[in-house]
Amino acid sequence: MQGSASSLLSARDLACRRGDRLLFRGLSFDLTGGEALHVTGANGTGKSTLIRALAGLTKPFAGDVRLHGEVALLDDRPALDPDLTLTRAIEFWDQIDRNGDPNCAAVSMLGLDSLLDIPVRYLSTGQKKRAALAVLMGSDSTIWLLDEPLSGLDTDAIAIVAERIANHVELGRIALIASHQPLAIEGLRTLAIEDFAPEPEPLA
Amino acid sequence: MIGTLLKRDLAKFFPFTGSGAALPVVFFVAVAMLFPFAVGPDANLLGRTGGGIVWIAALLAAILPLEKLVAQDIELGTFDQLKLRGIAEETMMAVRLAAHWLSFGPPLILATFPAAALLQLDNPTLHLLLIGLLAGTPGLAAIGLMIAALTASLRAGSALSGLMLIPLALPILIFGAGALAREDQASLGFVGAISLLLVAIAPFAAGAAIRAAREV
Repeated sequence: MQGSASSLLSARDLACRRGDRLLFRGLSFDLTGGEALHVTGANGTGKSTLIRALAGLTKPFAGDVRLHGEVALLDDRPALDPDLTLTRAIEFWDQIDRNGDPNCAAVSMLGLDSLLDIPVRYLSTGQKKRAALAVLMGSDSTIWLLDEPLSGLDTDAIAIVAERIANHVELGRIALIASHQPLAIEGLRTLAIEDFAPEPEPLA
Repeated sequence: MIGTLLKRDLAKFFPFTGSGAALPVVFFVAVAMLFPFAVGPDANLLGRTGGGIVWIAALLAAILPLEKLVAQDIELGTFDQLKLRGIAEETMMAVRLAAHWLSFGPPLILATFPAAALLQLDNPTLHLLLIGLLAGTPGLAAIGLMIAALTASLRAGSALSGLMLIPLALPILIFGAGALAREDQASLGFVGAISLLLVAIAPFAAGAAIRAAREV
């Protein structure tokens, strides 16, 4: 856990667009270790675009992102090989993240034990989501960027995920959650992405 | 890290382990098997044209796995996750190039023996063919990887790949198949040189292409 107190995620005057359309502009925030931010907004307002820009996968249209720490991303793509069994698919990320040390704790916490021998392509959306969460939790990253982490999950799994996020933040790490669902996490800050939407163009 | 990546990529693309990955070799042998039926069993004619047919079959076999080569991992988000773990796109693509070549190059070279027998090729021709394929298939793999990465985010990607391959693969084909007609080993040196150049460019071009695919 050394160095986790110094983890940092901040955005300055961030503007992003999709295609030719500006989604938001002037978006700024600062997160330091032990803080969590809930980004809210309707579908299509740019939550996922914001997360991908923060992760450094795309370049923002304007502004800049500063981050310090190891980033882990969860989005709607689980990054697990559909042809492999769940064990083998998770094992690949174990090898990349931790030299093959298996991440049993996260797997059983999310109730995946009975699914380990099943090929990933036969898993349901919620089961794949839980598997992706297990990989994320096993990666030991200090900054979690979660894009709709609760979608497709059942009530029990939602409670576990909320608890894990709270736990992650208590350890002095950072979580940024984009979700239109409410999250029961103490001390969670909220940022409504619609507040940064550009003014609608006047009708000609 | 690189070992882990290579192991995964090989498991995905190597014949008989990956799903349906034996297709290029089967296709290659099937062409060699059908060609004598199409032109007739004239040993003289087969001997003259057979080597060229083997080259064309190799070229087409190399583009069969292209659809799966890059697009699937973009869709799954694998490249994004690897990027976040600090692995450069160029490294991912260099590993994928190695896996792609290993999964069709050596099997194709082995399959050249039965193909040569079916086409009644003589020993000197087989010799030139084997050296030529050894020198040329890495280049074909590099072209395939670049095309796969460039067309990955397009809807009609696989149709386009075939068209893009033709001009890029021409130099290898001209010198590789040309060596057979002239019985000239020197032009195989050109094949090797073109291959090396393509192999050197491919990871960078393909890496840039998958970075660009994110910005849509």
